[in-house]
Amino acid sequence: MSINLQALSAQLLVGLINGSFYALLSLGLAVIFGMLNIINFAHGALYMMGAFVAYFLLNLAGIGYWPALFLAPIIVGIFGMILERTMLQWIANLDHLYGLLLTFGLALIIQGVFQNYFGSSGLPYAIPDALKGGVNLGFMFLPIYRGWVVIFSLIVCIATWFLIERTRLGAYLRAATENPTLVRAFGINVPLMITLTYGLGVGLAALAGVLSAPINQVRPLMGADLIIVVFAVVVIGGMGSIMGSVITGFALGIVEGLTKYFYPEASNTVVFVLMVLVLLVKPSGLTGRTT
Amino acid sequence: MSHVIARLLLGTAIAVTTVSAAAAQDKNVKIGVLTDLSGIYADLAGPGSTLAAQMAVEDSGLKAKGWTIDVISGDHQHKPDIGANLARQWFDREKMDMITDVPNSGVALAVNNVVKEKNGVYINSGGGTSDLTNAQCTPNTIHWTYDTYDLAYGTGTALTKAGGDSWFFLTADYAFGSALERDTTNALTAAGGKVTGSVKHPLNTSDFSSFLLQAQSSGAKVIGLANAGGDTSTTIKQAAEFGISKGQKLAALLLFITDVKSIGLDLAQGLSFTETFYWDLNDGTRAFSKRYAERSKGSAPPTMVQAGVYSGTLHYLKALEAMGGNPHDGAKVVAKMKEMPTDDPLFGKGSIQPNGRKIHPSYLFEVKKPSESKAPWDYYKLVATIPADQAFTPLDKSTCSLLKK
Amino acid sequence: MTTITDNSIPAQTRGTKDEMIAFVIMTALLVAVPFSGLYPFFVMQALCFALFACAFNLLIGYGGLLSFGHAMFMGTAGYVTAHMAKVGTIGFKLPLIGEFMINMGPLSPELSIVFGLIAALVLSVVTGLIAIRRQGIYFAMITLALSQLIFFLYLQTPFTHGEDGIQGIPQGMLFGLFDLSQPITLYYVIMVGFLLGFLIIFRTINSPFGEVLKAIRENEPRAVSLGYKTDQYKLLAFILSGVLAGFAGSLKVFVAQNASLTDVHWTMSGEVVLITLVGGLATLYGPVVGAFVIIAMQQYLAGFGQWVTVIQGVIFVVCVLTFRRGIVGEIAHLFKRSL
Repeated sequence: MSINLQALSAQLLVGLINGSFYALLSLGLAVIFGMLNIINFAHGALYMMGAFVAYFLLNLAGIGYWPALFLAPIIVGIFGMILERTMLQWIANLDHLYGLLLTFGLALIIQGVFQNYFGSSGLPYAIPDALKGGVNLGFMFLPIYRGWVVIFSLIVCIATWFLIERTRLGAYLRAATENPTLVRAFGINVPLMITLTYGLGVGLAALAGVLSAPINQVRPLMGADLIIVVFAVVVIGGMGSIMGSVITGFALGIVEGLTKYFYPEASNTVVFVLMVLVLLVKPSGLTGRTT
Repeated sequence: MSHVIARLLLGTAIAVTTVSAAAAQDKNVKIGVLTDLSGIYADLAGPGSTLAAQMAVEDSGLKAKGWTIDVISGDHQHKPDIGANLARQWFDREKMDMITDVPNSGVALAVNNVVKEKNGVYINSGGGTSDLTNAQCTPNTIHWTYDTYDLAYGTGTALTKAGGDSWFFLTADYAFGSALERDTTNALTAAGGKVTGSVKHPLNTSDFSSFLLQAQSSGAKVIGLANAGGDTSTTIKQAAEFGISKGQKLAALLLFITDVKSIGLDLAQGLSFTETFYWDLNDGTRAFSKRYAERSKGSAPPTMVQAGVYSGTLHYLKALEAMGGNPHDGAKVVAKMKEMPTDDPLFGKGSIQPNGRKIHPSYLFEVKKPSESKAPWDYYKLVATIPADQAFTPLDKSTCSLLKK
Repeated sequence: MTTITDNSIPAQTRGTKDEMIAFVIMTALLVAVPFSGLYPFFVMQALCFALFACAFNLLIGYGGLLSFGHAMFMGTAGYVTAHMAKVGTIGFKLPLIGEFMINMGPLSPELSIVFGLIAALVLSVVTGLIAIRRQGIYFAMITLALSQLIFFLYLQTPFTHGEDGIQGIPQGMLFGLFDLSQPITLYYVIMVGFLLGFLIIFRTINSPFGEVLKAIRENEPRAVSLGYKTDQYKLLAFILSGVLAGFAGSLKVFVAQNASLTDVHWTMSGEVVLITLVGGLATLYGPVVGAFVIIAMQQYLAGFGQWVTVIQGVIFVVCVLTFRRGIVGEIAHLFKRSL
């Protein structure tokens, strides 16, 4: 196959867009894992909820894309915090696997309820007027909305990294992960911080959902298969660092883009194959600490 | 051919004699609508199919003539084993006589085997695989509404003749997708078109941009979508985003009116595809659809699949009436159904071929612009009609074993 | 910290005796099924899922490893068995050398099952070597990702017939003697197959190998310091579990007469976790009870469509929050026995 540079750059750029979703989702998983030691299986379902909330806001309340970009993550984040307070909290002292099972159950419930009321086929959500159309980059026609997704996700990822690694609140968070008892002794409300962290992680998932609503169909199962890919991303990157999960997310999006160009049949499986390779070479993941 | 007819006639002769000799009084019928009550096909089949079957029972007038006809429905959840188990239970425990609908090809084929084993009647409307009247055909199965060959042939031929003579395929990478691509390719090359390229995409892809970019740069006049369900909707939506629909024509090889609704006319306008039924086709379809919509969820008109369930069930009941009773020998009932010509307001006059294929005309539609749509569900423009005798696999090309003897 | 396997009571002779009595009762009940008016098809299906869950439980209950991809073993063996019983060809492509095709024609049930088991064995060795490199949550995610990889492979390879699945599989004559198309014969064959698999697991748990596994589960560093090569033990447990799950899949082929993508999808992996959780993790009979409960539930709730998923989710949540021992675990706890 002769390599067409133009087509290749187009695929790279397209890959970066998917990478944005992987990055946002794996970032949310990493934030939650860091604080709660739980792998949030409901992450895909909450991502879907974000898209649906944006759809409801538009169709029931006439609230458009821009406010939804902030409202939907807050609404779903609050929903997540309620889940944490009413359920996840009670299993905090048990084997971490129980957290996985509980959130798996929650995912089944959320997806099932939405499927009952909205069927499985998608609901339409239009691209906001300001971002309609596209620009001709010479090597490809780039829809403006997709460019926006990449830039906005990057900003959100960096902001989250800054919040956790460079602010006082973030310092408390990290300290509470290392030694909750000690932090509590300093008079900090650790359970509240845990709840807020879960809300933040869930909000990031919902934000990804809103971003994807105009690109993909808003469907109850939109997060179900995606979450498995994101799990593989997380295994590859390791959940040791915030930045690590973000970079891995973007990088895997690009790798997937390349696969779609060179060998499209494997584009669904390439992330899993990479996971296997990484496990064979460096079992703890690219940026991970040992388990 | 004459052998087949002779066999069929012989079969009916036996049927008639046994009926009069044995239980002429037995007028109990059980119909099972095995469908998708909750998944991706719930809107295009689902509860609407059950309603269609019930309306067929009412319209047949058999209840007034002393028949007891029960219609029950079940959900196959898109799993062949669950569908087959449910069908088997229906025969074993409920004494089911006829199963209809079954959207999802995998489940349809699994049920096909069970119905043959239990000697029931199977009138498929929702499943698309043309295997049902080829390699997997049985004396108990009738494939009513459409199949993949029909859709591919209709779109491939009619669109090529209308000037869309160079094609690029986006094909779902599994057996169903390649079958669609193959059938369409045969049809369009026969009509004088050519294929400039194709790309395979994995099933259930959420992002088609890179495949669409390849289709765009191919310069083909028509982009054929050899995929289904969510994949098709997503492709259409994202094609609009990349500005593809302006220069090239999109042809969906499997699309239903419910998909058009979910995509929205805004994005779907100009899209071409084949169906065998549309509610706004003529006075007969409009009258039925009006009655149907009064009772359906969300006042939706019937889809092609639901219309097929109605039409198939009605013909089944006509055959039972002609037999006079004793509906429990599935192969005999099917033989009777094949022998009688079909006629109803929805699909017009037609017939059932010896391999179980019901034939009727197919239609190439184009989705209207939002400005052209005057009412809810006013979505299609009729572009071309493919006559019944051309729309489906020619009998001499069918690999059905029933034809060989 | 409570471990996920707090059901297990250290092996005592009395415990083993209880388990033996329960085994005799279970066998007697199963033998009596065809005379009970119960729908034998339902029981056969439940038995296949019970064996599948027992195999899964061997790994989580006695090895402490939660696999979220166990459907790949059941599905693989099922596909291979189905293909062998129906077609019987093995084709493969070697780069540079060429294509090979061995055509044996449709094989007998017993040979088809053997091929299914071999396939499950190969798959569990390969995936096991990869997955046991991480523990806990990572192990669960890796097995899930691997099974998704396998799912996509089966979606694309021609012999599985993609979404249509392999249909109309002939049941044939087992050992040339037993006609599996006879419901009663089929039932007893499936029953014997289940009991065989169950006994293997029973023996394994109570063997020195099983004791080492439990030791690793409770405290891996200590087991290492005692000189056990824990990775080898875990790998062996993984392989045994995978092959037995495959055996369940092979048996199921002759019951359902089809093999489809359902059996390799992640929802199936989730279902076996649910079955085991409901019945009781790390109990011998829990998976069996759980299988009958969940399969019965699916049968009776089939008309509710997607609510079945919601109900399954609710059961997951309720079990994790308040009913972690499961049905058999609670009973065993109540009577302070091991079941």
